[in-house]
Amino acid sequence: MALQSLDIIRRSATTLPEPQARGAHTGQVAKLIDVTKCIGCKACQVACMEWNDLRDEIGTCTGHYDNPHDLSDQSWTLMRFAEYENPKGDLEWLIRKDGCMHCADPGCLKACPSPGAIVQYANGIVDFHEENCIGCGYCITGCPFNIPRISKKDHKAYKCTLCSDRVAVGLEPACVKTCPTGAIVFGTKEDMQQHAAERIEDLKSRGFEQAGLYDPEGVGGTHVMYVLHHADQPQLYSGLPEKPKISAMVGLWKGVGKPLGLFAILATAAVGFLHYLRVGRNETDERDEEAARRELEKTP
Amino acid sequence: MNVERKSGEIVRYEFSTRLNHWIVAISFILLALSGLALFHPALFWLTTLFGGGPWTRILHPFLGLVMVLAFAFLAVKLWRYNVLEPRDRQWLRQIDDVLDNREENLPDVGRYNAGQKLLFYAIVLCLLGLFASGIVMWRAYFAFPVEVIRFASLLHAVCALVLICAIVVHIYAAIWVKGSMRAMTRGTVSPGWAWKHHRAWFREVEGIERK
Ligand code: HEM
Ligand code: SF4
Repeated sequence: MALQSLDIIRRSATTLPEPQARGAHTGQVAKLIDVTKCIGCKACQVACMEWNDLRDEIGTCTGHYDNPHDLSDQSWTLMRFAEYENPKGDLEWLIRKDGCMHCADPGCLKACPSPGAIVQYANGIVDFHEENCIGCGYCITGCPFNIPRISKKDHKAYKCTLCSDRVAVGLEPACVKTCPTGAIVFGTKEDMQQHAAERIEDLKSRGFEQAGLYDPEGVGGTHVMYVLHHADQPQLYSGLPEKPKISAMVGLWKGVGKPLGLFAILATAAVGFLHYLRVGRNETDERDEEAARRELEKTP
Repeated sequence: MNVERKSGEIVRYEFSTRLNHWIVAISFILLALSGLALFHPALFWLTTLFGGGPWTRILHPFLGLVMVLAFAFLAVKLWRYNVLEPRDRQWLRQIDDVLDNREENLPDVGRYNAGQKLLFYAIVLCLLGLFASGIVMWRAYFAFPVEVIRFASLLHAVCALVLICAIVVHIYAAIWVKGSMRAMTRGTVSPGWAWKHHRAWFREVEGIERK
Protein backbone atom coordinates (compact mmCIF):
# COMPACT_ATOMS: atom_id res chain seq x y z
CA MET A 1 0.00 0.00 0.00
CA ALA A 2 1.04 3.55 -0.54
CA LEU A 3 2.11 5.75 2.36
CA GLN A 4 -0.66 8.16 1.64
CA SER A 5 -3.58 7.46 -0.63
CA LEU A 6 -5.60 10.31 -2.05
CA ASP A 7 -7.18 8.16 -4.70
CA ILE A 8 -9.50 5.79 -2.85
CA ILE A 9 -12.91 5.46 -4.45
CA ARG A 10 -14.21 2.72 -2.18
CA ARG A 11 -13.26 1.56 1.28
CA SER A 12 -14.66 -1.41 3.20
CA ALA A 13 -17.08 -0.82 6.10
CA THR A 14 -17.07 2.93 5.60
CA THR A 15 -20.10 5.16 5.23
CA LEU A 16 -18.51 8.45 4.15
CA PRO A 17 -16.29 9.26 1.12
CA GLU A 18 -12.56 8.65 1.41
CA PRO A 19 -9.80 11.02 0.18
CA GLN A 20 -10.20 10.87 -3.57
CA ALA A 21 -8.81 14.15 -4.88
CA ARG A 22 -6.56 12.23 -7.24
CA GLY A 23 -8.52 10.57 -9.99
CA ALA A 24 -7.65 8.27 -12.84
CA HIS A 25 -8.20 10.85 -15.53
CA THR A 26 -6.29 9.00 -18.18
CA GLY A 27 -8.37 5.92 -17.67
CA GLN A 28 -8.52 3.00 -15.25
CA VAL A 29 -5.98 0.24 -15.60
CA ALA A 30 -6.41 -3.36 -16.64
CA LYS A 31 -4.32 -6.46 -17.08
CA LEU A 32 -5.17 -8.56 -20.08
CA ILE A 33 -4.27 -12.24 -19.94
CA ASP A 34 -4.33 -13.83 -23.36
CA VAL A 35 -4.89 -17.46 -22.47
CA THR A 36 -4.36 -18.44 -26.11
CA LYS A 37 -0.77 -17.20 -25.99
CA CYS A 38 0.16 -18.72 -22.61
CA ILE A 39 2.63 -21.59 -22.69
CA GLY A 40 2.34 -22.42 -18.99
CA CYS A 41 5.96 -21.62 -18.13
CA LYS A 42 5.00 -20.13 -14.73
CA ALA A 43 7.46 -17.26 -15.12
CA CYS A 44 4.66 -15.00 -13.85
CA GLN A 45 4.34 -17.08 -10.69
CA VAL A 46 8.06 -16.70 -10.10
CA ALA A 47 8.01 -12.96 -10.82
CA CYS A 48 5.13 -12.57 -8.36
CA MET A 49 7.12 -14.41 -5.68
CA GLU A 50 10.18 -12.31 -6.36
CA TRP A 51 8.58 -8.90 -6.41
CA ASN A 52 6.37 -9.55 -3.41
CA ASP A 53 8.96 -11.59 -1.51
CA LEU A 54 6.72 -14.59 -1.10
CA ARG A 55 7.88 -18.17 -0.62
CA ASP A 56 5.25 -20.86 -0.47
CA GLU A 57 5.98 -24.17 1.18
CA ILE A 58 7.41 -26.84 -1.06
CA GLY A 59 4.38 -29.01 -1.73
CA THR A 60 3.87 -32.47 -3.14
CA CYS A 61 3.02 -33.59 -6.66
CA THR A 62 -0.70 -34.22 -6.96
CA GLY A 63 -0.56 -35.71 -10.44
CA HIS A 64 -1.08 -32.60 -12.50
CA TYR A 65 0.82 -29.51 -13.50
CA ASP A 66 -0.77 -27.07 -11.05
CA ASN A 67 2.04 -26.21 -8.69
CA PRO A 68 1.31 -25.31 -5.95
CA HIS A 69 -2.10 -26.87 -6.27
CA ASP A 70 -4.00 -23.89 -4.91
CA LEU A 71 -3.66 -20.20 -4.22
CA SER A 72 -2.43 -19.36 -0.73
CA ASP A 73 -1.26 -16.46 1.38
CA GLN A 74 2.13 -17.04 -0.26
CA SER A 75 0.91 -17.79 -3.80
CA TRP A 76 -1.11 -14.89 -5.15
CA THR A 77 -1.21 -16.20 -8.68
CA LEU A 78 -1.27 -19.69 -10.06
CA MET A 79 -1.33 -21.36 -13.46
CA ARG A 80 -4.26 -23.75 -13.65
CA PHE A 81 -3.94 -26.49 -16.27
CA ALA A 82 -7.02 -28.11 -17.82
CA GLU A 83 -7.03 -30.86 -20.42
CA TYR A 84 -9.98 -30.47 -22.73
CA GLU A 85 -10.95 -32.78 -25.57
CA ASN A 86 -12.75 -30.70 -28.13
CA PRO A 87 -15.65 -32.04 -30.26
CA LYS A 88 -13.19 -32.86 -33.04
CA GLY A 89 -11.43 -35.21 -30.65
CA ASP A 90 -8.31 -33.12 -30.29
CA LEU A 91 -6.72 -32.41 -26.98
CA GLU A 92 -6.50 -28.78 -25.94
CA TRP A 93 -4.37 -27.68 -23.03
CA LEU A 94 -6.16 -24.74 -21.51
CA ILE A 95 -3.86 -22.91 -19.14
CA ARG A 96 -5.29 -20.07 -17.12
CA LYS A 97 -3.38 -17.74 -14.85
CA ASP A 98 -5.64 -17.55 -11.80
CA GLY A 99 -5.63 -14.71 -9.30
CA CYS A 100 -7.65 -11.73 -8.19
CA MET A 101 -9.82 -10.29 -10.97
CA HIS A 102 -9.94 -6.79 -9.44
CA CYS A 103 -13.68 -6.54 -9.87
CA ALA A 104 -15.24 -3.13 -10.45
CA ASP A 105 -17.88 -4.21 -7.91
CA PRO A 106 -15.80 -6.31 -5.52
CA GLY A 107 -17.63 -8.85 -3.37
CA CYS A 108 -14.69 -9.02 -0.98
CA LEU A 109 -14.95 -5.30 -0.23
CA LYS A 110 -18.71 -5.47 0.14
CA ALA A 111 -18.47 -8.28 2.68
CA CYS A 112 -15.54 -6.90 4.69
CA PRO A 113 -16.59 -5.67 8.18
CA SER A 114 -13.36 -3.85 9.01
CA PRO A 115 -13.01 -0.20 7.95
CA GLY A 116 -10.21 0.22 5.46
CA ALA A 117 -9.07 -3.39 5.31
CA ILE A 118 -10.06 -3.45 1.63
CA VAL A 119 -9.89 -0.44 -0.67
CA GLN A 120 -10.44 0.26 -4.32
CA TYR A 121 -8.20 2.87 -5.92
CA ALA A 122 -9.31 5.30 -8.58
CA ASN A 123 -7.36 3.28 -11.13
CA GLY A 124 -9.56 0.26 -10.35
CA ILE A 125 -7.15 -1.84 -8.33
CA VAL A 126 -8.67 -3.63 -5.33
CA ASP A 127 -6.13 -3.82 -2.52
CA PHE A 128 -6.11 -5.41 0.92
CA HIS A 129 -4.61 -3.32 3.73
CA GLU A 130 -3.61 -6.13 6.04
CA GLU A 131 -2.90 -3.87 9.01
CA ASN A 132 -6.67 -3.32 9.22
CA CYS A 133 -7.58 -6.94 8.52
CA ILE A 134 -9.22 -8.78 11.45
CA GLY A 135 -9.00 -12.24 9.87
CA CYS A 136 -12.72 -13.04 9.76
CA GLY A 137 -12.62 -14.39 6.20
CA TYR A 138 -15.77 -12.54 5.05
CA CYS A 139 -13.83 -11.48 1.92
CA ILE A 140 -13.63 -15.14 0.93
CA THR A 141 -17.37 -15.47 1.53
CA GLY A 142 -18.00 -12.42 -0.64
CA CYS A 143 -15.62 -13.18 -3.52
CA PRO A 144 -17.27 -14.78 -6.57
CA PHE A 145 -13.88 -16.08 -7.77
CA ASN A 146 -12.59 -17.85 -4.64
CA ILE A 147 -9.45 -15.75 -4.41
CA PRO A 148 -8.49 -14.40 -0.96
CA ARG A 149 -6.62 -16.69 1.43
CA ILE A 150 -6.08 -16.34 5.16
CA SER A 151 -2.55 -16.89 6.41
CA LYS A 152 -2.14 -19.57 9.05
CA LYS A 153 0.67 -17.51 10.55
CA ASP A 154 -0.82 -14.05 11.02
CA HIS A 155 -4.52 -14.73 10.25
CA LYS A 156 -4.66 -11.92 7.70
CA ALA A 157 -6.16 -12.20 4.22
CA TYR A 158 -3.90 -11.96 1.18
CA LYS A 159 -4.32 -11.86 -2.57
CA CYS A 160 -2.87 -10.35 -5.74
CA THR A 161 -2.38 -6.58 -5.40
CA LEU A 162 -2.07 -6.09 -9.17
CA CYS A 163 1.31 -4.76 -8.01
CA SER A 164 -0.39 -1.60 -6.79
CA ASP A 165 3.01 -0.51 -5.46
CA ARG A 166 4.59 -0.81 -8.93
CA VAL A 167 1.63 0.65 -10.76
CA ALA A 168 1.61 3.65 -8.41
CA VAL A 169 5.07 4.62 -9.68
CA GLY A 170 4.36 3.94 -13.32
CA LEU A 171 5.64 0.38 -13.66
CA GLU A 172 3.67 -2.55 -14.99
CA PRO A 173 2.91 -5.52 -12.70
CA ALA A 174 5.76 -8.00 -12.21
CA CYS A 175 3.97 -10.83 -14.02
CA VAL A 176 3.42 -8.60 -17.04
CA LYS A 177 7.07 -7.58 -17.14
CA THR A 178 8.27 -11.15 -17.09
CA CYS A 179 5.90 -12.96 -19.46
CA PRO A 180 8.09 -14.29 -22.31
CA THR A 181 5.30 -14.67 -24.88
CA GLY A 182 3.54 -11.38 -24.27
CA ALA A 183 0.45 -13.22 -23.11
CA ILE A 184 0.04 -10.75 -20.26
CA VAL A 185 -0.25 -7.10 -21.12
CA PHE A 186 -1.10 -4.08 -19.05
CA GLY A 187 -2.45 -0.63 -19.78
CA THR A 188 -5.63 1.37 -19.59
CA LYS A 189 -8.75 -0.70 -19.60
CA GLU A 190 -9.80 0.85 -22.89
CA ASP A 191 -6.50 0.03 -24.56
CA MET A 192 -6.68 -3.52 -23.28
CA GLN A 193 -10.18 -3.94 -24.63
CA GLN A 194 -8.98 -2.72 -28.02
CA HIS A 195 -5.98 -5.00 -27.94
CA ALA A 196 -8.25 -7.89 -27.00
CA ALA A 197 -10.56 -7.11 -29.90
CA GLU A 198 -7.64 -7.42 -32.32
CA ARG A 199 -6.58 -10.69 -30.75
CA ILE A 200 -10.11 -12.05 -30.95
CA GLU A 201 -10.38 -11.15 -34.61
CA ASP A 202 -7.15 -12.96 -35.26
CA LEU A 203 -8.34 -16.02 -33.33
CA LYS A 204 -11.62 -16.10 -35.18
CA SER A 205 -9.80 -16.01 -38.50
CA ARG A 206 -7.92 -19.11 -37.32
CA GLY A 207 -11.08 -21.06 -36.64
CA PHE A 208 -11.77 -20.21 -33.00
CA GLU A 209 -15.32 -19.09 -33.71
CA GLN A 210 -16.16 -18.60 -30.05
CA ALA A 211 -13.07 -16.61 -29.12
CA GLY A 212 -13.92 -13.67 -26.90
CA LEU A 213 -13.11 -11.38 -24.01
CA TYR A 214 -13.87 -12.31 -20.43
CA ASP A 215 -14.84 -9.08 -18.66
CA PRO A 216 -17.90 -10.26 -16.70
CA GLU A 217 -20.68 -7.71 -16.35
CA GLY A 218 -22.13 -9.29 -13.21
CA VAL A 219 -19.31 -7.77 -11.15
CA GLY A 220 -19.29 -4.52 -13.14
CA GLY A 221 -16.45 -5.75 -15.31
CA THR A 222 -12.98 -6.63 -14.06
CA HIS A 223 -9.56 -5.05 -14.14
CA VAL A 224 -8.04 -8.39 -14.99
CA MET A 225 -9.49 -9.74 -18.20
CA TYR A 226 -8.95 -12.89 -20.23
CA VAL A 227 -8.90 -13.56 -23.94
CA LEU A 228 -10.39 -17.05 -24.22
CA HIS A 229 -10.59 -19.34 -27.26
CA HIS A 230 -13.89 -20.65 -25.87
CA ALA A 231 -15.47 -17.55 -24.40
CA ASP A 232 -18.83 -19.32 -24.56
CA GLN A 233 -17.61 -21.94 -22.05
CA PRO A 234 -15.43 -20.22 -19.47
CA GLN A 235 -15.90 -23.12 -17.06
CA LEU A 236 -13.57 -25.17 -19.29
CA TYR A 237 -10.73 -23.08 -17.90
CA SER A 238 -10.51 -24.79 -14.51
CA GLY A 239 -13.94 -23.60 -13.46
CA LEU A 240 -13.83 -19.93 -14.41
CA PRO A 241 -17.39 -18.88 -13.48
CA GLU A 242 -19.70 -18.27 -16.40
CA LYS A 243 -21.75 -15.44 -14.92
CA PRO A 244 -20.00 -14.35 -11.74
CA LYS A 245 -21.80 -11.95 -9.48
CA ILE A 246 -21.95 -11.20 -5.79
CA SER A 247 -24.11 -13.91 -4.24
CA ALA A 248 -27.68 -12.82 -3.47
CA MET A 249 -27.17 -14.00 0.10
CA VAL A 250 -24.14 -11.78 0.55
CA GLY A 251 -26.15 -8.98 -1.09
CA LEU A 252 -28.97 -9.31 1.46
CA TRP A 253 -26.62 -9.73 4.40
CA LYS A 254 -24.39 -6.78 3.53
CA GLY A 255 -27.00 -4.73 1.69
CA VAL A 256 -30.51 -4.14 3.07
CA GLY A 257 -29.73 -6.33 6.09
CA LYS A 258 -27.46 -3.79 7.72
CA PRO A 259 -29.76 -0.73 7.94
CA LEU A 260 -32.86 -2.88 8.42
CA GLY A 261 -31.26 -4.76 11.30
CA LEU A 262 -30.24 -1.65 13.18
CA PHE A 263 -33.63 -0.12 12.55
CA ALA A 264 -35.41 -3.18 13.94
CA ILE A 265 -33.41 -3.05 17.17
CA LEU A 266 -33.93 0.67 17.65
CA ALA A 267 -37.63 0.38 16.79
CA THR A 268 -38.11 -2.39 19.36
CA ALA A 269 -36.44 -0.28 22.03
CA ALA A 270 -38.51 2.75 20.99
CA VAL A 271 -41.76 0.78 21.25
CA GLY A 272 -40.74 -0.28 24.75
CA PHE A 273 -40.06 3.32 25.70
CA LEU A 274 -43.40 4.51 24.27
CA HIS A 275 -45.18 1.77 26.16
CA TYR A 276 -43.49 2.96 29.34
CA LEU A 277 -44.54 6.54 28.65
CA ARG A 278 -48.13 5.60 27.94
CA VAL A 279 -49.04 2.92 30.48
CA GLY A 280 -46.03 2.85 32.79
CA ARG A 281 -45.00 0.06 35.05
CA ASN A 282 -47.16 -2.78 36.16
CA GLU A 283 -46.83 -2.54 39.93
CA THR A 284 -47.91 -4.77 42.74
CA ASP A 285 -49.49 -2.79 45.56
CA GLU A 286 -50.75 -3.39 49.08
CA ARG A 287 -54.14 -4.66 47.82
CA ASP A 288 -52.42 -7.46 45.92
CA GLU A 289 -50.42 -8.40 48.98
CA GLU A 290 -53.64 -8.30 51.00
CA ALA A 291 -55.42 -10.57 48.51
CA ALA A 292 -52.51 -12.99 48.59
CA ARG A 293 -52.53 -12.97 52.40
CA ARG A 294 -56.28 -13.70 52.49
CA GLU A 295 -55.83 -16.72 50.22
CA LEU A 296 -52.92 -17.94 52.29
CA GLU A 297 -54.94 -17.64 55.50
CA LYS A 298 -57.71 -19.73 54.00
CA THR A 299 -55.30 -22.61 53.51
CA PRO A 300 -54.72 -24.54 56.70
CA MET B 1 -38.53 -26.73 41.39
CA ASN B 2 -37.95 -26.43 45.05
CA VAL B 3 -40.37 -23.73 46.13
CA GLU B 4 -40.52 -22.72 49.78
CA ARG B 5 -41.34 -19.62 51.70
CA LYS B 6 -38.82 -17.67 53.71
CA SER B 7 -39.87 -14.63 55.68
CA GLY B 8 -43.08 -14.36 53.70
CA GLU B 9 -41.34 -14.36 50.34
CA ILE B 10 -41.82 -16.98 47.64
CA VAL B 11 -38.71 -18.48 46.14
CA ARG B 12 -38.91 -18.32 42.33
CA TYR B 13 -35.34 -19.12 41.32
CA GLU B 14 -32.80 -20.98 43.39
CA PHE B 15 -29.20 -19.81 43.35
CA SER B 16 -28.00 -22.20 40.62
CA THR B 17 -30.76 -21.05 38.25
CA ARG B 18 -29.98 -17.40 38.89
CA LEU B 19 -26.29 -17.95 38.32
CA ASN B 20 -27.07 -19.88 35.17
CA HIS B 21 -29.35 -17.08 33.94
CA TRP B 22 -26.76 -14.39 34.51
CA ILE B 23 -24.03 -16.36 32.76
CA VAL B 24 -26.40 -16.50 29.79
CA ALA B 25 -27.29 -12.82 30.10
CA ILE B 26 -23.71 -11.54 30.41
CA SER B 27 -22.42 -13.70 27.58
CA PHE B 28 -25.38 -12.53 25.50
CA ILE B 29 -24.56 -8.86 26.07
CA LEU B 30 -20.93 -9.46 25.12
CA LEU B 31 -22.01 -11.44 22.06
CA ALA B 32 -24.43 -8.77 20.94
CA LEU B 33 -21.83 -6.03 21.31
CA SER B 34 -19.08 -7.95 19.53
CA GLY B 35 -21.44 -9.24 16.85
CA LEU B 36 -22.99 -5.85 16.11
CA ALA B 37 -19.47 -4.40 15.87
CA LEU B 38 -18.87 -6.64 12.87
CA PHE B 39 -22.40 -6.27 11.55
CA HIS B 40 -22.58 -2.57 10.86
CA PRO B 41 -19.73 -0.11 10.16
CA ALA B 42 -21.41 2.46 12.39
CA LEU B 43 -20.82 0.12 15.34
CA PHE B 44 -17.30 -1.03 14.52
CA TRP B 45 -16.00 1.13 17.37
CA LEU B 46 -17.46 -1.45 19.75
CA THR B 47 -14.47 -3.66 18.88
CA THR B 48 -12.46 -1.35 21.16
CA LEU B 49 -14.27 -2.91 24.12
CA PHE B 50 -12.79 -6.27 23.20
CA GLY B 51 -9.23 -5.15 22.43
CA GLY B 52 -9.62 -4.36 18.75
CA GLY B 53 -10.94 -6.01 15.60
CA PRO B 54 -8.89 -9.21 15.62
CA TRP B 55 -9.63 -9.87 19.31
CA THR B 56 -13.31 -9.30 18.69
CA ARG B 57 -13.20 -11.81 15.87
CA ILE B 58 -11.32 -14.32 18.05
CA LEU B 59 -13.48 -13.94 21.18
CA HIS B 60 -16.97 -13.81 19.68
CA PRO B 61 -17.30 -17.50 18.75
CA PHE B 62 -15.95 -18.69 22.10
CA LEU B 63 -18.45 -16.46 23.91
CA GLY B 64 -21.07 -18.05 21.70
CA LEU B 65 -20.12 -21.50 22.92
CA VAL B 66 -20.39 -20.31 26.53
CA MET B 67 -23.84 -18.89 25.95
CA VAL B 68 -25.17 -21.89 24.03
CA LEU B 69 -23.92 -24.30 26.65
CA ALA B 70 -25.21 -22.20 29.55
CA PHE B 71 -28.55 -21.72 27.87
CA ALA B 72 -28.84 -25.44 27.21
CA PHE B 73 -28.73 -26.05 30.98
CA LEU B 74 -31.25 -23.28 31.62
CA ALA B 75 -33.58 -24.55 28.93
CA VAL B 76 -33.52 -28.11 30.25
CA LYS B 77 -34.34 -26.80 33.70
CA LEU B 78 -37.18 -24.55 32.57
CA TRP B 79 -38.61 -26.47 29.65
CA ARG B 80 -41.44 -28.13 31.57
CA TYR B 81 -42.78 -24.77 32.81
CA ASN B 82 -42.88 -23.43 29.28
CA VAL B 83 -45.05 -26.10 27.70
CA LEU B 84 -47.96 -24.34 26.04
CA GLU B 85 -51.42 -24.95 27.51
CA PRO B 86 -54.95 -24.18 26.25
CA ARG B 87 -55.27 -21.22 28.61
CA ASP B 88 -52.29 -19.53 26.91
CA ARG B 89 -54.43 -18.99 23.85
CA GLN B 90 -56.90 -16.90 25.81
CA TRP B 91 -54.06 -14.86 27.29
CA LEU B 92 -52.72 -14.09 23.84
CA ARG B 93 -56.18 -13.13 22.61
CA GLN B 94 -56.35 -10.55 25.38
CA ILE B 95 -52.94 -9.08 24.61
CA ASP B 96 -54.52 -5.59 24.81
CA ASP B 97 -55.37 -6.17 28.44
CA VAL B 98 -51.85 -7.39 29.03
CA LEU B 99 -50.28 -4.31 27.48
CA ASP B 100 -52.64 -1.93 29.29
CA ASN B 101 -51.93 -3.44 32.72
CA ARG B 102 -55.51 -4.75 33.09
CA GLU B 103 -54.43 -8.07 34.47
CA GLU B 104 -57.65 -8.55 36.42
CA ASN B 105 -59.39 -9.40 33.10
CA LEU B 106 -56.93 -12.14 32.22
CA PRO B 107 -57.23 -15.85 32.88
CA ASP B 108 -55.07 -17.20 35.72
CA VAL B 109 -51.46 -17.58 34.70
CA GLY B 110 -49.18 -20.45 35.70
CA ARG B 111 -45.47 -20.17 36.36
CA TYR B 112 -45.02 -18.41 33.03
CA ASN B 113 -47.47 -16.54 30.86
CA ALA B 114 -47.91 -17.18 27.14
CA GLY B 115 -45.66 -14.27 26.22
CA GLN B 116 -42.83 -15.61 28.34
CA LYS B 117 -43.29 -19.06 26.85
CA LEU B 118 -43.22 -17.81 23.27
CA LEU B 119 -40.14 -15.78 24.09
CA PHE B 120 -38.58 -18.93 25.51
CA TYR B 121 -39.12 -20.81 22.24
CA ALA B 122 -37.92 -17.84 20.21
CA ILE B 123 -34.67 -17.94 22.16
CA VAL B 124 -34.36 -21.71 21.69
CA LEU B 125 -34.85 -21.43 17.92
CA CYS B 126 -32.56 -18.45 17.50
CA LEU B 127 -29.82 -20.09 19.51
CA LEU B 128 -30.05 -23.28 17.46
CA GLY B 129 -29.76 -21.19 14.30
CA LEU B 130 -26.92 -19.11 15.71
CA PHE B 131 -25.02 -22.15 16.92
CA ALA B 132 -25.26 -24.08 13.64
CA SER B 133 -24.50 -21.10 11.41
CA GLY B 134 -21.79 -19.85 13.76
CA ILE B 135 -19.90 -23.12 13.52
CA VAL B 136 -20.11 -22.93 9.72
CA MET B 137 -18.72 -19.38 9.74
CA TRP B 138 -15.88 -20.20 12.12
CA ARG B 139 -13.04 -20.31 9.60
CA ALA B 140 -10.30 -20.70 12.16
CA TYR B 141 -11.47 -24.24 12.92
CA PHE B 142 -13.94 -25.34 10.27
CA ALA B 143 -14.03 -25.47 6.48
CA PHE B 144 -17.39 -25.60 4.71
CA PRO B 145 -18.30 -25.03 1.04
CA VAL B 146 -18.58 -21.32 0.29
CA GLU B 147 -22.26 -21.54 -0.65
CA VAL B 148 -23.02 -23.01 2.77
CA ILE B 149 -20.96 -20.29 4.44
CA ARG B 150 -22.88 -17.61 2.54
CA PHE B 151 -26.20 -19.02 3.67
CA ALA B 152 -24.90 -19.39 7.22
CA SER B 153 -23.73 -15.76 7.28
CA LEU B 154 -27.19 -14.54 6.35
CA LEU B 155 -28.89 -16.91 8.78
CA HIS B 156 -26.55 -15.88 11.59
CA ALA B 157 -27.38 -12.21 11.08
CA VAL B 158 -31.14 -12.87 10.92
CA CYS B 159 -31.19 -15.07 14.03
CA ALA B 160 -29.00 -12.60 15.92
CA LEU B 161 -31.27 -9.67 15.09
CA VAL B 162 -34.42 -11.57 16.03
CA LEU B 163 -32.78 -12.64 19.30
CA ILE B 164 -31.57 -9.15 20.13
CA CYS B 165 -35.06 -7.72 19.52
CA ALA B 166 -36.55 -10.54 21.62
CA ILE B 167 -34.15 -9.81 24.46
CA VAL B 168 -34.91 -6.09 24.29
CA VAL B 169 -38.54 -7.08 24.87
CA HIS B 170 -37.45 -9.47 27.63
CA ILE B 171 -35.43 -6.81 29.42
CA TYR B 172 -38.19 -4.26 29.05
CA ALA B 173 -40.70 -6.75 30.47
CA ALA B 174 -38.43 -7.29 33.47
CA ILE B 175 -38.43 -3.54 34.12
CA TRP B 176 -42.10 -3.07 33.26
CA VAL B 177 -43.43 -5.69 35.64
CA LYS B 178 -42.16 -4.32 38.91
CA GLY B 179 -40.85 -6.93 41.31
CA SER B 180 -39.67 -9.31 38.57
CA MET B 181 -36.07 -8.26 38.66
CA ARG B 182 -35.80 -9.40 42.25
CA ALA B 183 -36.81 -12.89 41.13
CA MET B 184 -33.64 -13.13 39.09
CA THR B 185 -31.35 -11.25 41.48
CA ARG B 186 -32.36 -12.26 45.02
CA GLY B 187 -34.43 -15.23 43.86
CA THR B 188 -37.69 -14.31 45.56
CA VAL B 189 -40.96 -12.55 44.80
CA SER B 190 -43.61 -11.20 47.12
CA PRO B 191 -46.83 -13.19 47.53
CA GLY B 192 -48.73 -10.23 46.09
CA TRP B 193 -46.57 -10.33 42.95
CA ALA B 194 -47.17 -14.04 42.52
CA TRP B 195 -50.89 -13.65 43.18
CA LYS B 196 -51.21 -10.81 40.70
CA HIS B 197 -49.10 -12.07 37.80
CA HIS B 198 -48.96 -15.84 38.16
CA ARG B 199 -52.03 -16.78 40.20
CA ALA B 200 -52.22 -20.42 39.17
CA TRP B 201 -48.57 -20.84 40.08
CA PHE B 202 -49.19 -19.03 43.39
CA ARG B 203 -51.97 -21.48 44.24
CA GLU B 204 -49.85 -24.39 43.17
CA VAL B 205 -47.17 -23.24 45.58
CA GLU B 206 -49.75 -23.18 48.34
CA GLY B 207 -50.93 -26.64 47.37
CA ILE B 208 -47.43 -27.98 47.70
CA GLU B 209 -47.27 -26.30 51.10
CA ARG B 210 -50.47 -27.88 52.30
CA LYS B 211 -49.24 -31.44 51.87
C1 HEM C 1 -29.43 -8.07 31.00
C2 HEM C 1 -30.36 -8.71 30.41
C3 HEM C 1 -31.44 -9.55 31.11
C4 HEM C 1 -32.27 -9.23 32.16
C5 HEM C 1 -32.34 -7.90 32.89
C6 HEM C 1 -33.09 -10.39 32.40
C7 HEM C 1 -34.07 -10.48 33.40
C8 HEM C 1 -34.83 -11.61 33.65
C9 HEM C 1 -35.83 -11.71 34.68
C10 HEM C 1 -36.24 -10.62 35.64
C11 HEM C 1 -36.37 -12.96 34.60
C12 HEM C 1 -37.48 -13.55 35.48
C13 HEM C 1 -38.82 -13.45 34.80
C14 HEM C 1 -39.85 -14.26 35.54
O1 HEM C 1 -39.48 -15.03 36.42
O2 HEM C 1 -41.05 -14.13 35.21
C15 HEM C 1 -35.72 -13.67 33.52
C16 HEM C 1 -36.03 -14.96 33.14
C17 HEM C 1 -35.46 -15.60 32.04
N1 HEM C 1 -34.46 -15.08 31.22
FE1 HEM C 1 -33.60 -13.23 31.40
N2 HEM C 1 -32.75 -11.36 31.53
C18 HEM C 1 -31.74 -10.89 30.71
C19 HEM C 1 -31.12 -11.55 29.66
C20 HEM C 1 -31.47 -12.84 29.23
C21 HEM C 1 -30.90 -13.48 28.09
C22 HEM C 1 -29.82 -12.91 27.20
C23 HEM C 1 -31.52 -14.69 27.97
C24 HEM C 1 -31.32 -15.77 26.92
C25 HEM C 1 -30.91 -15.59 25.74
C26 HEM C 1 -32.46 -14.80 29.03
C27 HEM C 1 -33.28 -15.90 29.23
C28 HEM C 1 -34.20 -16.02 30.23
C29 HEM C 1 -35.06 -17.15 30.41
C30 HEM C 1 -35.13 -18.40 29.51
C31 HEM C 1 -35.85 -16.90 31.55
C32 HEM C 1 -36.95 -17.79 32.13
C33 HEM C 1 -38.29 -17.36 31.56
C34 HEM C 1 -38.94 -18.42 30.70
O3 HEM C 1 -38.50 -19.57 30.72
O4 HEM C 1 -39.88 -18.05 29.97
N3 HEM C 1 -32.41 -13.66 29.79
N4 HEM C 1 -34.78 -12.82 32.95
S1 SF4 D 1 -11.76 -11.40 -7.49
FE1 SF4 D 1 -12.43 -11.66 -5.37
S2 SF4 D 1 -10.76 -10.81 -4.16
FE2 SF4 D 1 -10.48 -10.02 -6.28
S3 SF4 D 1 -11.60 -8.03 -6.29
FE3 SF4 D 1 -13.06 -9.61 -7.01
S4 SF4 D 1 -14.12 -10.18 -5.11
FE4 SF4 D 1 -12.24 -9.14 -4.45
